[in-house]
Amino acid sequence: MSAGSPGPSRRALLGAGAAAAAGLMLAPGIRLVELAQARSAGEPASGRVRWGMLIDANRCADGCTACVDACTQENGLDSAIELRQRPQWIRKVELQQVHTGRTAAAPVMCQHCADPPCVDVCPTGASFKRADGIVLVDRHSCIGCRYCIMACPYKARSFVHERLTEQKPDVPRGKGCVEGCTLCVHRIDRDRSPACVQACVETEHGAMLFGDLNDPSSLIAQRLRATASTALRADLGLDPGVRYLGV
Amino acid sequence: MAQLPFARKEQRVFWLLVAAGALAVAGGLAAAYAMEEHGHSITGMSNQVVWGLPHVFAIFLIVAASGVLNVASIGSVFGKPAYKARAPLSGLLSLAMLAGGLAVLMLDLGRPERLVVAATHFNFRSVFAWNVFLYSGMFAIVAVYLWMLMEARMNPYAKPLGLAALGWRFVLTTGTGSIFGFLVARQAYQSAVLAPMFIVLSLGWGLAVFLIVQSAIYAWNGLQLPAPVQTRMVRLLGLFVAAGMYFVIVYHLTNLYWARQVAFERFLLLDGEVYPWLFWSGYVVLGGIVPMAILFSPLPRGPLAAVAGSAFVLVGAFAQLYVFIIGGQAYPLEIFPGYVAKSSFLDGAIDSYAPSLPELLLGVGGLGIAFLITAAGVRVLRFVPQDDFGSHPAVLAAED
Repeated sequence: MSAGSPGPSRRALLGAGAAAAAGLMLAPGIRLVELAQARSAGEPASGRVRWGMLIDANRCADGCTACVDACTQENGLDSAIELRQRPQWIRKVELQQVHTGRTAAAPVMCQHCADPPCVDVCPTGASFKRADGIVLVDRHSCIGCRYCIMACPYKARSFVHERLTEQKPDVPRGKGCVEGCTLCVHRIDRDRSPACVQACVETEHGAMLFGDLNDPSSLIAQRLRATASTALRADLGLDPGVRYLGV
Repeated sequence: MAQLPFARKEQRVFWLLVAAGALAVAGGLAAAYAMEEHGHSITGMSNQVVWGLPHVFAIFLIVAASGVLNVASIGSVFGKPAYKARAPLSGLLSLAMLAGGLAVLMLDLGRPERLVVAATHFNFRSVFAWNVFLYSGMFAIVAVYLWMLMEARMNPYAKPLGLAALGWRFVLTTGTGSIFGFLVARQAYQSAVLAPMFIVLSLGWGLAVFLIVQSAIYAWNGLQLPAPVQTRMVRLLGLFVAAGMYFVIVYHLTNLYWARQVAFERFLLLDGEVYPWLFWSGYVVLGGIVPMAILFSPLPRGPLAAVAGSAFVLVGAFAQLYVFIIGGQAYPLEIFPGYVAKSSFLDGAIDSYAPSLPELLLGVGGLGIAFLITAAGVRVLRFVPQDDFGSHPAVLAAED
């Protein structure tokens, strides 16, 4: 931008930033969106942190797909391939209780289990869990056997069925590899929350909360302490990092 | 002299068969190349049915490779002369089918060129990683076992090697069953009974393959299998088929007892598109009742009965594996018990899997590899059972 060109002044920009920060902070120390702690390049993820998410199905609005759309855009998942074969890292599941007829909806993605079956079954160790609880696939050692998809109780992984072009530099993908929600690890490592959560906050539905489960002062830890939440397929004892309200 | 016409054209027929086998292999390789080039988008597989028709062929070949070695085990380990003479052929078939099955599995990988990664990076919590060792170990043990069997001065070592092969293949088939048995999240699998079930099924499938190949070799050479040997092997196959059905019944009854599994069983056995039809017509009737009627029939059993009974067993094997592998995945996972779920990702929905031509070609290519190895082996080395031509009732009576 040249010196004389019209545009937002530095003061206006700072003002907008401060307003946004204030909007995300409910009270000192409690923020609607927990900011990840940035790491310098080469610094390993910390085991003191465990990233997680709380999803409130009661607040997940009818017809809203902001989280799904944000994920598609952030990770470059756009595809024209038939739905059965299209990768979906997050999808909105519409639910109707069999006996009462009560309806609800909730996004489902990789639940970032503490004991992930996908990591157990991967023959090459391509499926792995970072110290901070994020479950990922190493695209360089995935051989595309799909055993992790068979093992995942949440149907959270996708297989890339087609040749890919125009990938996002932050999100390497590859034909013939398995992939799934990374919890937007590239954003977390830069102090930003996952794209889906950010989008949900922007819609003001407040159905998704992200933060450090290990930090007792984080909003997510406080909410989990105060309200009964559910782990999907809790019977399997996988200790997922994503918890739900209202299902 | 009556055989002269066939003897004259035998060479030509042999090369014709080899050409057919090579064509099947070429078709498989072309399919694998197409899948590598275009991705699995050209297959019927999806993010719900991630293992399709190639896996039906691959698992059939690997499981049958374990079972076919049973003929050698009965000979070497349990000392039955009629089976001992068949041990080399049994070993060859085992190697051939293992090679065919593994080739299909490898070529169906999303990244087959990364095979070296699978061979150098191991996660020892993975049943797949165990199987890499089990399969390569099986190759090594059977190869050495064949050497002991076919080299006269090494014959004394055949028994301990036979014992090792017997133990190894039980572990191998347990490993194959456990690929599914350890999938705790899936209604169709997650059962400890799958490992013994696969072992018992392997015995029937392997013996069925053996009887077909043996009958073909005998017919090719204008020989006749002694009736007592024929009767004994055919009856043994009938027993294996019955034992396999027992395990399949236990597996389904166990599922039916658990309330949360009833809907899945209903899908598989009653109203789940092609799967109940394949299960009842393909596995139960054609793969179970019909072969047992043929194999246990009091009528004299000629080679035709052995071949027909065995062929029906194999039809049943494919039907059952299709229902087990693909039907088991087509049914949706139950992530939200007590809710009806739907989404763009087929939550709560049956996947409409239909096998594609590349998948079929790849699977048939695996059969082609097994066929070519068998044909070349039998042609070049002494794999044809040797004792029948002088076999007499006294030898057979001594076995009993």
